[in-house]
Amino acid sequence: MIEAVTNIPIKKKRKRFEDFRKHKTYYFMLTPMLVFFLIFAYLPMPGIYFAFLDYDFVKGIGSPFIGLKNFEFLFHGGMDSIIWKLTKNTIMYNIAFIFLGNIAQIFVAVILKEIKNKYFVKTAQTLMFMPYFVSMVIVGVIVYNGFNFNYGTANNFLTSLGFDKYDFYQNPAVWPYIIVLINIWKGLGYGSVIYMAAILSIDESIYEAAYIDGASNLERIRYITLPLLKPTVIMLVLLSLGGILKGQFDLFYQIIGNNGLLLDATDIIDTYVYRSLAVDFNMGRGSAAGLYQSIFGFVLILTVNKIVNKVSPDNALF
Amino acid sequence: MENTSNHIKMGVRAKGFNILSIIFIAIIAIACVTPFIFIVSGSLSDQAAVAVNGYSLLPQGFTLEAYKTVFKMGKSIPRAYYITILITVVGTTLGLLTTSMSGYVLSRPDFENRNKAAFFIYFTTLFGGGLIPTYLVNVNILHLNNSLWVLILPSIMNPFNIYLFRNFVKSIPNSLVESARIDGAGDFKVFWSVVMPLTKPALATVGLFLALGYWNEWFRCNLYIKNPDSYTLQYLLYSMLANVEAMLRDKGMAGSLQVMPTETMKLATAVLATGPVLLFYPFVQKYFVGGLTIGGVKG
Repeated sequence: MIEAVTNIPIKKKRKRFEDFRKHKTYYFMLTPMLVFFLIFAYLPMPGIYFAFLDYDFVKGIGSPFIGLKNFEFLFHGGMDSIIWKLTKNTIMYNIAFIFLGNIAQIFVAVILKEIKNKYFVKTAQTLMFMPYFVSMVIVGVIVYNGFNFNYGTANNFLTSLGFDKYDFYQNPAVWPYIIVLINIWKGLGYGSVIYMAAILSIDESIYEAAYIDGASNLERIRYITLPLLKPTVIMLVLLSLGGILKGQFDLFYQIIGNNGLLLDATDIIDTYVYRSLAVDFNMGRGSAAGLYQSIFGFVLILTVNKIVNKVSPDNALF
Repeated sequence: MENTSNHIKMGVRAKGFNILSIIFIAIIAIACVTPFIFIVSGSLSDQAAVAVNGYSLLPQGFTLEAYKTVFKMGKSIPRAYYITILITVVGTTLGLLTTSMSGYVLSRPDFENRNKAAFFIYFTTLFGGGLIPTYLVNVNILHLNNSLWVLILPSIMNPFNIYLFRNFVKSIPNSLVESARIDGAGDFKVFWSVVMPLTKPALATVGLFLALGYWNEWFRCNLYIKNPDSYTLQYLLYSMLANVEAMLRDKGMAGSLQVMPTETMKLATAVLATGPVLLFYPFVQKYFVGGLTIGGVKG
């Protein structure tokens, strides 16, 4: 009995060594990954400490500690506070992206499935995938040339119909629609390929049986494709809800930039943190907003995972 | 009898539905590419005509003036091409090597610590230091600013790609690995000569993701690179959008600013920056779609 107890640490140590000896190639192969994540993901983590500093470029880590002052600044003013505006914008945009984006992608995938001409389907997919491949800088070029006041395509269209020109870049109200539309446009090809794969994995004999029973296309969509697609949709939507606090910096920054007139309707947490770093040089405040995003986001993912665990444990993240 | 006529009626209806679907999808597909057509035709248009009429689907007064001016501006475009191709090739190669090794080891059932290693990776998607701490680490600790490595290293690996590769390898029968072992192959040899050749769709998919990320890189270039000789294509385009006039002035072309095709020039640069990707991807699309769907990517 006593012997068994005292043996445990030695056994454990030996076991660890044995594991290493047996798998030294595996460990060798994992080394780049371990080093990479240590340096680029774990090393910045203690940097959340900057959120509590009045950061000064000269003093660096030695900058004065000011406790929660940065957070007080961000949260000051209740419904008018900076953090509330940023959170509201980030979440509202993401909800619009997730729901409208998924609806558009499912719609396209479901219809593609009904089209018999395979060559057409492939060509259409190639064309719809195109926006996914261009950089956000190009997206910025497209949006600017579409909506600027002097020669933008939208304004040319308006004047050709006899309307007055509309100054998009002075009116924040239209930008949520433009940004959501651009996001749907960019993700349509990718998302519909994912849904198409889910649809193609549905047993074809179900469709054949329905055909023999005289079901129309719409009935097949209504009673076969959509119900069988439902679990995939729920999973993908739930999982993306976990990331609802992470904004798409590229998209917003390339379309809006630092245009102060539009920021009320388009400023998200990520663009605020970026401006703190590159424009205002207020690292403390920016880190505070970033830390708020990380912690709130962490709680969100845990919550979503708990729900997924209840709905379908197989799909849970952990 | 009734049944047959029913089926004929159904056939007509199905045909109608098919035609409507094709028209509908065609409209969406065309809407997706229309912005690119505007850009290409704008880049081939005459600046004066564009200033009056705006952009159109077909070039107005077809001219290559914009492209000529872009290349007259000196070496900046060829230089940016060189930098972009360099980081794309180096980054994608390093990324494929490291991602495939990690993904393979994480997929091995005989590696007891695989779940611990997977969590080590996964945790970074749950929580992160954020942009500012990352920036300070890169600049103050790793001293990566103004180095091309800052454009390459931070994105050689990510959890998404590693999981994609791992899930793909899991679909390869374990018996192949076991029989190679019995033949006396070591762990690395099994990975390199048995598993790797079977993972082409996953390699193509991860490779395309990586290459696309490097080709479209502008953000870190904006944050860390001050030397215009190290600008990537996308960042060069981005800085041009704001500063065409300033750049022309620097090149001593300011006197003729009135006739400079500044707007069409921006579009010409956009075409040059995107062209290779759009020409290349239809060829890899097959592998890409295959890898994406077989890899069963989560999230």
